[in-house]
Amino acid sequence: MTTPTTLVLRAGPFSGRIPRRVLVVNGALLGVLLAATAAALMLGSYTIPLDELVAVFGGQGADQATTVVFQWRAPRAVAAAVFGAALALSGAIFQSLTRNPLGSPDIVGFSVGSFTGVLVVIMAGGVGFHATATGALAGGLATAAIIYLVAFRHGMQGFRLIIVGIAISSMLTSVNTWITVKAELGIALRAAVWGAGTLNGLRWSHAVPGIVAVAILTLLLVFAAPAMRQLELGDETAAMQGVRTEPTKLALIVVGVGLTAAVTAVAGPISFVALAAPQLARRLTRTGTITLSTAALVGASLLTLSDLIAQHAFSGLTVPVGAVTVCIGGLYLLWLLTRRR
Amino acid sequence: MSVTARPGRIVEESTTTPARARVVWLMVAALCLAVAVIASLAIGSRPISFPTVLDALTAPDGSDAHLVVRELRVPRTVLGVLAGAAFGVSGALIQAFTRNPLADPGILGVNAGAGFAVVVGVALLGVTRTYQYLPLAFAGALLATALVYTIAARGAGGAGGVTPLRLTLVGVALSAVLGGISSALTLLDAETFDHMRFWGAGSISDRPPGTIGSVAGFIVAGLVLAMVCARSLNAMGLGEETARALGVNVIAMRVTCIVAVTLLCGAATAAAGPIGFVGLMVPHAVRWLTGPDQRWILPFTLLLAPTLLLVSDIVGRLVVWPGELQVGIVTAFIGAPVLMLLIRRTRASAL
Repeated sequence: MTTPTTLVLRAGPFSGRIPRRVLVVNGALLGVLLAATAAALMLGSYTIPLDELVAVFGGQGADQATTVVFQWRAPRAVAAAVFGAALALSGAIFQSLTRNPLGSPDIVGFSVGSFTGVLVVIMAGGVGFHATATGALAGGLATAAIIYLVAFRHGMQGFRLIIVGIAISSMLTSVNTWITVKAELGIALRAAVWGAGTLNGLRWSHAVPGIVAVAILTLLLVFAAPAMRQLELGDETAAMQGVRTEPTKLALIVVGVGLTAAVTAVAGPISFVALAAPQLARRLTRTGTITLSTAALVGASLLTLSDLIAQHAFSGLTVPVGAVTVCIGGLYLLWLLTRRR
Repeated sequence: MSVTARPGRIVEESTTTPARARVVWLMVAALCLAVAVIASLAIGSRPISFPTVLDALTAPDGSDAHLVVRELRVPRTVLGVLAGAAFGVSGALIQAFTRNPLADPGILGVNAGAGFAVVVGVALLGVTRTYQYLPLAFAGALLATALVYTIAARGAGGAGGVTPLRLTLVGVALSAVLGGISSALTLLDAETFDHMRFWGAGSISDRPPGTIGSVAGFIVAGLVLAMVCARSLNAMGLGEETARALGVNVIAMRVTCIVAVTLLCGAATAAAGPIGFVGLMVPHAVRWLTGPDQRWILPFTLLLAPTLLLVSDIVGRLVVWPGELQVGIVTAFIGAPVLMLLIRRTRASAL
């Protein structure tokens, strides 16, 4: 063998194995992400050429350009990357827990519940970012907690979680449909735009709490990831390896729901990233399990690219980014599936 | 997918239920449906007594009550039975076919295709009448499924490689694309949004005349195909290799299954709009009752799914009396609590 297919890293008592292909794929994805982020910072009604962007980052830019980049465009661009990664990790956790490629944080009803929360807030006359964020968090967390409690009996089983999740989500979907049908058209439309997921008008003050929450939860996930891999082998096997199965599953659910919650509170329920990014990552790396770092990079690139299109592709119209993510993610998944092996 | 382990585990308990008990249960289910049908004819914003309902059916005298029964309640009830059976049986088929409990009949792109066609009609072609929705939705549903199958077959190098997992993923991906375009078109224009929010709720009342006539044939054909598939699906439950060894023509079986699901779900969605919960959940509840034998699951679903739909529709007429709630909004509220009670009682094994 001339080139090793796996790199082994050692640092003190820790060691890790990284397949070569994962390194290459991650590098390429990082390139895509950086290019898309640069484009997001450059494009707009006030276009900033690349050399000026470099100058701005070097502290040499004009005042106006610096303001546009750091105050106007950076919050949205950074949020797109961080939130995309968060949704992808959340999806990877739930697909691992349920051992089902259709698993996603949606099965614990967070998105549906948060939409119900926001609809109630908007119907009650609440306006503005903080009202919707509060409504989304309260609705989503309450729903996830109820589903977990109803599904928990003699331990948490993936199958029962799925069924209870579908049952309660369906009821809340009905509530949402009912409110949407009954509400005044303008209010219903405003709620529906939020429900599609959008990064429009995002400021640092809105984005930072979400970004900090994602950072903390991702750190927790790094520590929980080895136990998650053991759980994929089955509860009994994991227990024999010394994993405390029920607390670990609860911790993973909390991290997964937390990641989705942080994103949804700020940007609304952006769909499909959580479902598609882990599956895309698995097909890109050709590994049996989902590589978390690759999934996160796929999610970040997907959301950044989608937001770029949502902002600029349709002149004069700003489409909610959630409507674009499903198109881009769906087309990409289709393309991967149509290629012959 | 290890999902298959679950129904298998239940078998150990339920195969001990003798066939005679199942026949009794089947008769109970039929009785439930009969009661629901009669109630659906009698109950509404104008309550009509049972003898009057009978008179209206056997000897109509042109009175208001008789007209209400014959012109409004009978078509509504017949459509409820047809759509319920179609959604339920297509759900049972698709779950057996993909061996995935998260699969619903919309997974092959039917709902997304129907919705997409209606949105395009409303937003771009200026369609505003409900009778124009039906052919659009049905065509959209058929085209979307055909596209899903074609894409799945293309990437797999021929029909032999069209595995259920592949179909699921292609279906999810294509549904996402169509859904994304639909939602963009809907959210950009308030008038389109206004039409779509009502279509999306799903209803079996106030359908344009001729609705039943135009979908009944497709639904009956779909049901017949489903029953033909039952035996082969049982063999497929043992794994593809075993099924082949038992003489099942796997490719033919898959195509039949897909055609049946598309006809059933497509026709029902075109007539009643997307009613989600029935197809996903009734087959689950039925499996806990019967075990994994499709020859029992399909008849039970055929009876219980329309029962759920009709009961939901009746409740929808009562809760905001004299107004009404669309049946698509009520089904989950009737079905979900029953489902949760059942799942908490079942000793479900790990997924």
